Amino acid sequence: MLDLALHVRDHLLLAGAALALALLAGLPAGVWAARSDRFRQLALGTINVGRVIPSLAVLALMLPLLGIGFWPALVALTLLAVPPIAINTDIGLRGVPAAMVEAARGLGMTQGQVRARAEWPLALPVVFAGVRTATVEVIASATLAAFIGGGGLGEYILNGLAEADTQQLLEGAVSVSILALGAEALLGALERRLSTSVWGPA
Amino acid sequence: MIAGGVPVRLEEIHVRYPGADRAAIDGVSLSIEGGALVVLLGPSGCGKSTLLRTINGLVAPQSGRILIDGREITGVAPEQLRRGIGYVIQAVGLFPHMSVAQNIAVVPELIGWDAAKIRTRTDALLELVRLDPTRYRDRLPRQLSGGEQQRVGVARALAAEPRLLLMDEPFGAVDAIVRLALQDELRRIHEALGTTMLFVTHDVDEALRIADQIVVMRAGQVVQYGSPLHVLARPATPYVAELLDAADSVRRLQLLRSGDAMRPLPSAGAAAGWPHVDAAHTLREALSRLLDGADCVAVDRGDTVAGVLTFDDVRRALAAAA
Repeated sequence: MLDLALHVRDHLLLAGAALALALLAGLPAGVWAARSDRFRQLALGTINVGRVIPSLAVLALMLPLLGIGFWPALVALTLLAVPPIAINTDIGLRGVPAAMVEAARGLGMTQGQVRARAEWPLALPVVFAGVRTATVEVIASATLAAFIGGGGLGEYILNGLAEADTQQLLEGAVSVSILALGAEALLGALERRLSTSVWGPA
Repeated sequence: MIAGGVPVRLEEIHVRYPGADRAAIDGVSLSIEGGALVVLLGPSGCGKSTLLRTINGLVAPQSGRILIDGREITGVAPEQLRRGIGYVIQAVGLFPHMSVAQNIAVVPELIGWDAAKIRTRTDALLELVRLDPTRYRDRLPRQLSGGEQQRVGVARALAAEPRLLLMDEPFGAVDAIVRLALQDELRRIHEALGTTMLFVTHDVDEALRIADQIVVMRAGQVVQYGSPLHVLARPATPYVAELLDAADSVRRLQLLRSGDAMRPLPSAGAAAGWPHVDAAHTLREALSRLLDGADCVAVDRGDTVAGVLTFDDVRRALAAAA
């Protein structure tokens, strides 16, 4: 049981680190895309090409560059998590009604105040939806890290498969499912509250 | 609350948007008295909104000078300028994540009023626009009707006691009955505060109802500037005559008061059986009574009959106003 707790910790550590990096890259990319049509097209093109490559293949492609272990898994998971965050940030900011920005400017808000008091609060529910998607994807996909020695709950599944040990296999699979479903439920509830506080009950 | 409005002066304003083949504002000069309610009237694309937006710095003219209360606005930081000028737009633009009170408090907070003063001010403003503070203060914009939202929009624009209020088709999105009520409210507020108000609309009836002065615009230029009656009676160009449907005499009657056109009663008690209008009612209403079949209409001031109107009196008043 202690062993399971350690694997859960490693799994969440990997997923959490990937998510943090993805936020650092995805939020600014989304903001930039919302302000520049040219960057948006470039970013969307890159993301669409990137999405065609399966996660497992990305892991494999990391091998010659970063070897095996935690780091290549981290890079692969970060790449997986950036698109939903960046895309939703772009959509959220672009979706702020022009009248809101016009009113905010007309009332005498500075550029920074317009962003902090009008644009971001209104965009936040959509941005958060992207973060939720990314979180669930990363928790689920962190299972694959075990293929390249990245640790986490995927080890149970790999070992279970290799040793035909159904119990071990299920321990891993069920744990990952609970983590992913739990994150989905928690963040989904948060997202609905956010959205309701801005736009009212759906 | 507050008293007075500032004069506004525009001198040779030119605006050309990037990539446009003609100027949006083509040499407009305009002098607006402090405390006047001036309507900028014209069809879409005539430049009326653009002209309004040059005054609070949302549009920067390529050339020309704008003076508010005698001071040129170039050189004033645009945010500072806008905090001193009320601004209402058709889409209202209330922030959906803020309560009514928080929306109204936006500008007072930006300029650093203390909480107690903001609270007092917010309630006073809600009363001014005839929304019960205890009922409306904590509501969210989505819980209000279109007309109520625009009342809050007006309250928000007046929050920091501006002496100039700019309104860009503020009542364009509400239904006809609510629009009439809001127009009356605006006149009442204008009379109570004396704020200089610039009001953009393409609705001729709205312009005639509320304006002290009308600025008729076309293709980025001012075609005529005068009182509603003057513009209707003496349209400067065929365009103005057509836009205002100035040949429509009934429209002009809307601008004339029954009390100003009536004659004294021939004898006390002569009004028995006549239909009545109030002295403050327009001649259009008096005409309507006459068309219903009466030869004479009694004009009331308060509870007493003050005078009489016939078809000839209405016609005479119309001719005198031309």
